[in-house]
Amino acid sequence: MTGDGREWAGEFRDVSLRYHCRGKATLALEGVNLRVRRGEFVAIVGPSGCGKTTLLKLISGLLIPTAGEVVVGGRPVRGPLKAVGMAFQNPTLLPWRTTLGNVLLPLEIVEPHRSRYRKDRAEYRKSALRLLGSVGLDGFSDRHPWQLSGGMQQRASLCRALIHEPEILLLDEPFGALDAFTREELWLVLQDLWLARRCTVVLVTHDLREAIFLADTVYVMSRRPGRLASRAEVPFLRPRTLDVCFTPEFQELFIAIRREIGDVREVEKIGGQR
Amino acid sequence: MTSRGKFFDFALPALAVLGFFLVWEAVVAWFKLPRYVLPAPTTVWASLVKWRSEIWFHATQTLYTTLVGFGVAVGFGLGLGWLIGYSALVYKALYPVLIGFNSIPKVAIVPVLVIWFGIGTVPAVLTSFLISFFPIVVNVATGLATLEPELQDVLRSLGAGRLQMFRKVGLPRTLPYFFASMKVAVTLAFVGSVISETVASNRGVGYLMIAASSRFDVPLVFAGLLVIAALGVLLYAVFAVLEGRLTSWAYRR
Repeated sequence: MTGDGREWAGEFRDVSLRYHCRGKATLALEGVNLRVRRGEFVAIVGPSGCGKTTLLKLISGLLIPTAGEVVVGGRPVRGPLKAVGMAFQNPTLLPWRTTLGNVLLPLEIVEPHRSRYRKDRAEYRKSALRLLGSVGLDGFSDRHPWQLSGGMQQRASLCRALIHEPEILLLDEPFGALDAFTREELWLVLQDLWLARRCTVVLVTHDLREAIFLADTVYVMSRRPGRLASRAEVPFLRPRTLDVCFTPEFQELFIAIRREIGDVREVEKIGGQR
Repeated sequence: MTSRGKFFDFALPALAVLGFFLVWEAVVAWFKLPRYVLPAPTTVWASLVKWRSEIWFHATQTLYTTLVGFGVAVGFGLGLGWLIGYSALVYKALYPVLIGFNSIPKVAIVPVLVIWFGIGTVPAVLTSFLISFFPIVVNVATGLATLEPELQDVLRSLGAGRLQMFRKVGLPRTLPYFFASMKVAVTLAFVGSVISETVASNRGVGYLMIAASSRFDVPLVFAGLLVIAALGVLLYAVFAVLEGRLTSWAYRR
């Protein structure tokens, strides 16, 4: 442990999180160690309820660990960070704002944009429109969220997460509620956005194909209390096309990781019977 | 909205009002009801025209006390609703008190107000305030308390402070609730003013009606009722228009 924060965008050092719900203490995460390189695309897969979302909230500073330390950009996290962008399973767009207004929201809050916002409004509008255009939402900037389809709302939500150019992008099952076709389309959109910016991405998902297609590194998380059970590197060159999903290498990797998830369950079952 | 839609927006209510008066007129004529029991709309109208300057004098007083009382209620309701909506502690502490207070018939409070402030404008303003602040408090508090945690997470993950959360999410999200309560509260405010005027005043439509009924001038009593109803509809319409302008997103228009 060198404490050198330059190489690593984020680091979990023996992190545990316990939360209290109706007087009952639940251990959501236990002894999680994780290092994310600057510019790395990390995916964390696991069954629902294993603490994947908790992990993201720890990185963003929405939660503070019970034990251990979360380090982002060389500094321990003690409260909500400004250098992160987040997108959730629900697009969570503000219904009273237009698509453009929603995308501009972070700029009204995050410094240094906030103090410049009034002066450079036209500039910011232009860059937001450009970003919307890059995800295929030209011509929809004046619509309200309910006038957009689920896939379009999620595209807008991605734009909102990226508009303030965060160093870390946190994605909490962003495509979980979409149909298979829209989902695959958005994988490509996300890959393009990432290739253009090369920010660090932590993607949480229960879709293993999605994880392998998008990420450089895939971590498998065990059931509660969540632990990182295994790690796999994805070798495919970028930009990846959907065809890569049908190659034998992809299938092999898929099966190997799938087996890991199965093993995690087996071990738990035996442990549970003891 | 289409011009056809606009036409119906105005034509349908107008037709309904006209129909109501026609049925009323017909009932009075059919049963040959004497004017001291139920005067026909035409008789009421005649009385309205005959006493127009007196009615105007009293109506402006009622409108004045109502609006002042309502204005205070909006300010107070926003403040208290904000506290209750944001703090579970304040909610727990104050809700029973508020419910208890709202259960008291306000007409029972007027005599107390008269002892404290004498008769006239002050008790009317206060009654109008007391009767109309409750729905505003409840609605503002509900709007703030039911904020989706996901929306809050979006703002918090950007590092927004409390004030920014309120400005960017809390306030706009609460506006539809606020306007819904304004429409209820403004009609209640009229009830408050008129109640107080009938008990303890020598000005206002409430006083006019009591004075008229003591002279058995029933058409004038009904004229007073119509004036109150008209004022209520007018203020309701003002807030409905404001609501449509400011919170159209909530109705997905």
